[in-house]
Amino acid sequence: MEVIGRTVAIEASGLGKVYDGVTAIDGLSFQVFAGEIFGLLGPNGAGKSTTLRILITIVRPDAGHATVLGHDVVREADRVRHLIGYVPQERAIDRFLTGREHLLLLGDLYHLPKSETRKRIAEILRLVDLEEQADRPARTYSGGMKRKLDLACGLLPNPKILFLDEPTLGLDVQSRLRIWDYVRRLRERGITIVMTTNYLDEADRLCDRLAIIDGGRIKALGSPNELKAGLGGDIISLTVGASETACVDRLASELKGLPFVRAISTKQNGLDIRVESPEKALPVVLEAANRAACRLEFIDYHRPRLDDVFVALTGHAIREEFPKTDE
Amino acid sequence: MAAYVQEIGALTMRWVRRLSREKFSMVFTLVQPMLFWLIFFGNLFQRAADAQVVQAPNYISFLAAGVVVMTVLNNGLAGGVDLLFDKENGFLERLLSTPIHRTSVVLSRFLFVMTITCLQILVILGVAALFGVRPATGLLGVAVILFIGMLFGVGLTAISMAIAFSVKSHGDFFSVLGFLSLPLIFLSSALVPLSAMPAWMSVLARFNPMTWAIDAIRPLILSGWAEALPRIGMVVVIMAVFDAFCLYGSARAFRRTIG
Repeated sequence: MEVIGRTVAIEASGLGKVYDGVTAIDGLSFQVFAGEIFGLLGPNGAGKSTTLRILITIVRPDAGHATVLGHDVVREADRVRHLIGYVPQERAIDRFLTGREHLLLLGDLYHLPKSETRKRIAEILRLVDLEEQADRPARTYSGGMKRKLDLACGLLPNPKILFLDEPTLGLDVQSRLRIWDYVRRLRERGITIVMTTNYLDEADRLCDRLAIIDGGRIKALGSPNELKAGLGGDIISLTVGASETACVDRLASELKGLPFVRAISTKQNGLDIRVESPEKALPVVLEAANRAACRLEFIDYHRPRLDDVFVALTGHAIREEFPKTDE
Repeated sequence: MAAYVQEIGALTMRWVRRLSREKFSMVFTLVQPMLFWLIFFGNLFQRAADAQVVQAPNYISFLAAGVVVMTVLNNGLAGGVDLLFDKENGFLERLLSTPIHRTSVVLSRFLFVMTITCLQILVILGVAALFGVRPATGLLGVAVILFIGMLFGVGLTAISMAIAFSVKSHGDFFSVLGFLSLPLIFLSSALVPLSAMPAWMSVLARFNPMTWAIDAIRPLILSGWAEALPRIGMVVVIMAVFDAFCLYGSARAFRRTIG
């Protein structure tokens, strides 16, 4: 995948930002290559949106600097703004304006001649499939339609780089898939995409490369496959019966130090064991369960997933309040 | 420069378009509650108010200047609220990610609020005319009334925007607003001349820029240029200071939000 000598579209080095004494991000450095979908993955409050806001020039970093297509985001903010499109996280929509009026307004803000704006609007509305609703006030739009309008607004300046803040947050499954499809199509047109997300499956399936951010720092950087391979080994998940949660710790101590076992993380009703070669490890693990007198309810073996990577790097799941889900 | 005009034009048209989308709100914006003050309060106090005290042929002609400035006050103080909504729903962020001059957003709001305020003042003077109140200084006087209204309105709108950029939620915004507006009205010469106020209130009212605006507009309506001119000179100086102060505060709040 990795090609030597790829063009760097965005270069961030040592970015830091403090809000009212609270550190939002701390020494972030990364590169985004031209033509890729780059994801900033992390839980809420990790610093993804702050990073994005610095890159789109609406927040000044307290430390470090960043360039977008060679232009400094602070000193040459105006140049940068001409080259990028932005799709905010909130439904930043004026309910009283129609979809088309949003786009006409933006055309004037990018100082385009009217004829050029009209041409682009026609093309973009077709691309995001919003032609029929374009002349209805935005307050009549569904969530998915608003998201399409958001996307259309981000595309109007004909950007070299499109920034998406949580593009599928709160959308139903169908709308999500459609947004993913648009994003891929934009990459095919040569647009570089930078997006934040706290959905592991979205990061896994959509992004070419990822920065995993937690607590304002980058924990890992690479393609989803590299990150999973970097974890080393496969995962054996054991689930114990509901009445036997007490034996989880016992089992963990039995397993510790066994050959093939690389790492163990305990959950409420079971544990995840990272092993070198599952076919050798599995009998050993089962034997240990026997010794610990643990009745296993469920055994699952899988290649590392992005959520395993996330837990291994940060020590917690991306959304603590929900059980880990994959698809 | 052409780019600046284009973006300010488009942003101002957005406010106009929004207003025109809400037919009800548009009608009620132009035929505003301030008219009730003029019509009902003005006629209600016709006999209760002593012509000797108010120094006017009747109470409604005395009140007209006050209602004009109260309109400026209400519009100005509420002028920032739409920017607050823009800030809350992220629209402001979208605007700021485009290559517009940072002042365009604010300037478009000033333009819109000032235009609406002028239209409302004209409606008020029109209704006052129906009750027999004709400005003594004629059309030029009306122009000067609008000018004084704008001078005061700029500062008020700036305060409103500063509050909008500083508060955490629009709930806070409206409580600050409600807290400000009534004392400003009662501690001014809008309803009663300074000479007829309790001493402590008239002292406080003298520090209220609203009083100076009203006292300059009132002779334009009631008596004529001779009495009005020195007061107009005075109000221009006071408003210059007031506006400079408000604009400075608002610029700081704006930079904090954006920075």
